[in-house]
Amino acid sequence: MFLYTKDAPKGDLRKVYGETLVQLGEKDPKMCVLDADLSTSTKTAMFGNKFPERFFNVGIDEQNLIGVASGLAYDKDRVVFASSFSMFLTGRAWEIIRQHVGYNELPVKLVATHTGITVGPDGASHQMNEDMAIMRAIPNMRVIVPADSNILKKILYKVYETPGPFYVRLTREKFPIVYPEDVEFEIGKGFVLKEGKDITIVAVGLMVSHALDAATILKEKYGIDAEVIDPVSVKPIDADLIAESAKKTGKVVTIEEHSTIGGLGDAVLEALSTKAPVPTMKIGIPDTYGESGTAQELLRKFELMPDQLAERIYKFLQKVG
Amino acid sequence: MEKKASLEELKEIARQARIETLKAIYLAGSGHPGGSLSIMDILVALYFGGYVNVDPKEPYKPDRDRVILSKGHAAPAFYTILAFKGFFEKELLYTLRKLGSPLQGHVSRKHTPGVEASTGSLGQGLSIALGMALKAKVDGMDYKTYALLSDGELQEGMTWEAAMTAKHFKPKNLIAIIDNNNIQLDDFVPNVNSGIYPIEDKFQACGWHTITIDGHDYKQILEALDEATAVAKEKPVAIRAITVKGKGVSFMENTPAWHGKAPDREKFIQAMKDLGVSEKEIEEFLAKYDKK
Repeated sequence: MFLYTKDAPKGDLRKVYGETLVQLGEKDPKMCVLDADLSTSTKTAMFGNKFPERFFNVGIDEQNLIGVASGLAYDKDRVVFASSFSMFLTGRAWEIIRQHVGYNELPVKLVATHTGITVGPDGASHQMNEDMAIMRAIPNMRVIVPADSNILKKILYKVYETPGPFYVRLTREKFPIVYPEDVEFEIGKGFVLKEGKDITIVAVGLMVSHALDAATILKEKYGIDAEVIDPVSVKPIDADLIAESAKKTGKVVTIEEHSTIGGLGDAVLEALSTKAPVPTMKIGIPDTYGESGTAQELLRKFELMPDQLAERIYKFLQKVG
Repeated sequence: MEKKASLEELKEIARQARIETLKAIYLAGSGHPGGSLSIMDILVALYFGGYVNVDPKEPYKPDRDRVILSKGHAAPAFYTILAFKGFFEKELLYTLRKLGSPLQGHVSRKHTPGVEASTGSLGQGLSIALGMALKAKVDGMDYKTYALLSDGELQEGMTWEAAMTAKHFKPKNLIAIIDNNNIQLDDFVPNVNSGIYPIEDKFQACGWHTITIDGHDYKQILEALDEATAVAKEKPVAIRAITVKGKGVSFMENTPAWHGKAPDREKFIQAMKDLGVSEKEIEEFLAKYDKK
């Protein structure tokens, strides 16, 4: 069912976002798209070039970006996509999102690029490691994290056709293809990408392919048989799928390119705490800031490369037995 | 649209609305009387002077005019006007701020018909209004969008993000009205952050047409709204309405302390008398509704 191999080709999430916006815009003459002076990077410019009368590049003012998007969406008679880099979209405009988009359940679809440390050379100011935490905390907000460009396309269609607000977390980096083109996405439904009996690894985004590679290393080096789950939807999260796996393996590791505070790890712990409390380790960015460097260098510094993940998981297993 | 009220009728509606607003705040035991009373004449002129096309039977019909109460703490005044327009029963006003009431402490579109945007966090309404006005352009509609701002919230940067952006996108029929009562929570505006002045120059620099009026003089309000609705077809309009915080109640007028607290029984009775309510009517109201 799944395509992923160690040498899988890479897919461009941002390009797929731009192309899908154009497809949706052709289908739906009322849909509007907004950006805050990053449209050539987020690729919303592809929509803007095609439908200039329904595209609003408001400039560098993210609070106003969400205000205008909300004003367009308050009657709930159209879908509005709003994009920027995650730091500014979710961080700068958090309260406006909370007061209008979340509270009033507006059909505003927030799609952010440039998340996590793989933003790279721009450094800590642009490396958004807290977005899942702050978006997850908003009532009515759903948080979706694609592991590749194939599932992203399905996510965008689902987000478009489902009423209410969403946050979709994209990255600057291209991701290895994990899913086939005909993958089906449902909100709150995850995938078991590799079955195993010794430990459950739950990962999202770029970390899905890293988790699959780490599972291969664990098997080859230590004979450990890891199960790998991609929940895709971090809120709502597929608690039953993860709990079933946890009951089987008895141990869970979460991996995210995000702070270990408030993101995937905590979403999984919240689910397991009532359904299947088992020893759990959260892997992600510790309670600190990033710095400049290449994406690969930073992933290694924060011990998120597959070989490093395999060692960390092995040590965890040694400790919990 | 229904027939416009005369100047005398507008003044009487406003007197009644001030009475009901203060009754609601008194029974709630909390709320914002000062800013509710200062914007009342503007609200009455908009809704009863023939400037806002709304239908209480179909509160969200697509071609309605939009009024965004950016200064969401003036909720009691806004609810009173909505009740007077027939959006809900007047008695509902006396449930203001109570658990389970549709009349939330700050206006919420989730709870109350006739409310366009859920506000209360200042500085956001002009941006919302801009989005609604741009929607009219996208959809080829002619409705008007009014944003009612406080002077204090001009200190919020987001207000100016919206003001600048309006110049760029040329929305249709966008009118901002600033309730310039010159008082914010802590003190008189110039004692907190005088940088909001001059107001007109800032909006003009952002490409807006500006009008300055006495926000309690109906002749001036109506003339300003006539001018604004005409000019707003071409460019956004900001009306600076110079008002008196707590207008109509002697001890509340121009007093920062009455920004955000409810009167006690004694002060409430005094306020009712200021607004021309007879002792008998006050007694009857208190006997029926005051459970304190």
